[in-house]
Amino acid sequence: MTTDLTRATADYAVRLGDDALILGHRLSEWCSNGPFLEEDLALTNVALDYIGRARMFLGYGAQLIGGDCTEDTLAYQRDCREFTNLLINELPRGDFAFTMARQYLLDEHALLFLEALQGSSDAELAAIATKAIKETRYHLRRSREWMLRLGDGTEESRRRLQQALEDIWGYLPELFAMDELERELLAAGIAVDREALEAPWRRAVSATFAETDVTLPADGWRVDGGRTGYHTEHLGHLLSELQFVQRAYPGCQW
Amino acid sequence: MTQHMKLYEVFIRSRRGLDHKHVGSLHAEDPEQALEYARDVYTRRSEGVSIWVVNSSDIHASQEGDCESFYDPLDDKPYRHATHYQLPDKVNNM
Repeated sequence: MTTDLTRATADYAVRLGDDALILGHRLSEWCSNGPFLEEDLALTNVALDYIGRARMFLGYGAQLIGGDCTEDTLAYQRDCREFTNLLINELPRGDFAFTMARQYLLDEHALLFLEALQGSSDAELAAIATKAIKETRYHLRRSREWMLRLGDGTEESRRRLQQALEDIWGYLPELFAMDELERELLAAGIAVDREALEAPWRRAVSATFAETDVTLPADGWRVDGGRTGYHTEHLGHLLSELQFVQRAYPGCQW
Repeated sequence: MTQHMKLYEVFIRSRRGLDHKHVGSLHAEDPEQALEYARDVYTRRSEGVSIWVVNSSDIHASQEGDCESFYDPLDDKPYRHATHYQLPDKVNNM
């Protein structure tokens, strides 16, 4: 690989790692706060899968960046503007309906994305995708069932799920947006064509919600910015917790 | 919340060729969800290759009070144990 392509691949791995790290942290906030014991453990398992995924992507990114960069310096020593995760991943966990609705919409996306990433010409990214896709199949099985339970459950569960979808909808276009970096890597056979994922994603999501009493919101508002470091006000608060120990005791290990 | 949910007993086969063993119980809305929770609660350290979940209400258990009629009569039937029999010397291994 040329130097430019190596650097671009590093940035790509870091943004995928940021996506996983931030969503994993949001899910981990349910630990000991789950609606009941079984679901608490199940959600925490998913959170751990995402932290593991973050380690693989950030570790690879750090390796390509070189020097004294590690997965830990990437996770703990960058500020908001340097994080490149999608905005939807950093939104507060909200109520259980919000968490599961976001998870379901992201799981459907992750399945398509990882399937495509398995075909990446970058062997390391392809290998990470092959490992992660097994977890995602399970996550999707769970989150899809929750959409049916909540969307076809009580009046309150339906109302909460409908509200969650309304609140999330404008953050979804960012999932399918390509910027210059990803176009360049797509041309090199490394990155996934996000635009190609939108139609199959919509089909899958529509099929799921057709089995429920909720209606999918109309497209309208949209928010972008995660990939360029322009985040919601929520990311700073998340990082202050995620990075607290390393900021209070720099370099501390145990 | 869980008081409204059904209780399931969980059985896990740890390796091929072994029997399913009872490992505990959990609450779930239906068998499908019970299987998933069993996976998340009881196989986190790859303990299993197969899971059974059974409605706890489908298990019929013997009662403490049954002991006398169930088991006591067996105490005076030693001839049902192999150790009751004197083996001829010619039989080395039994």
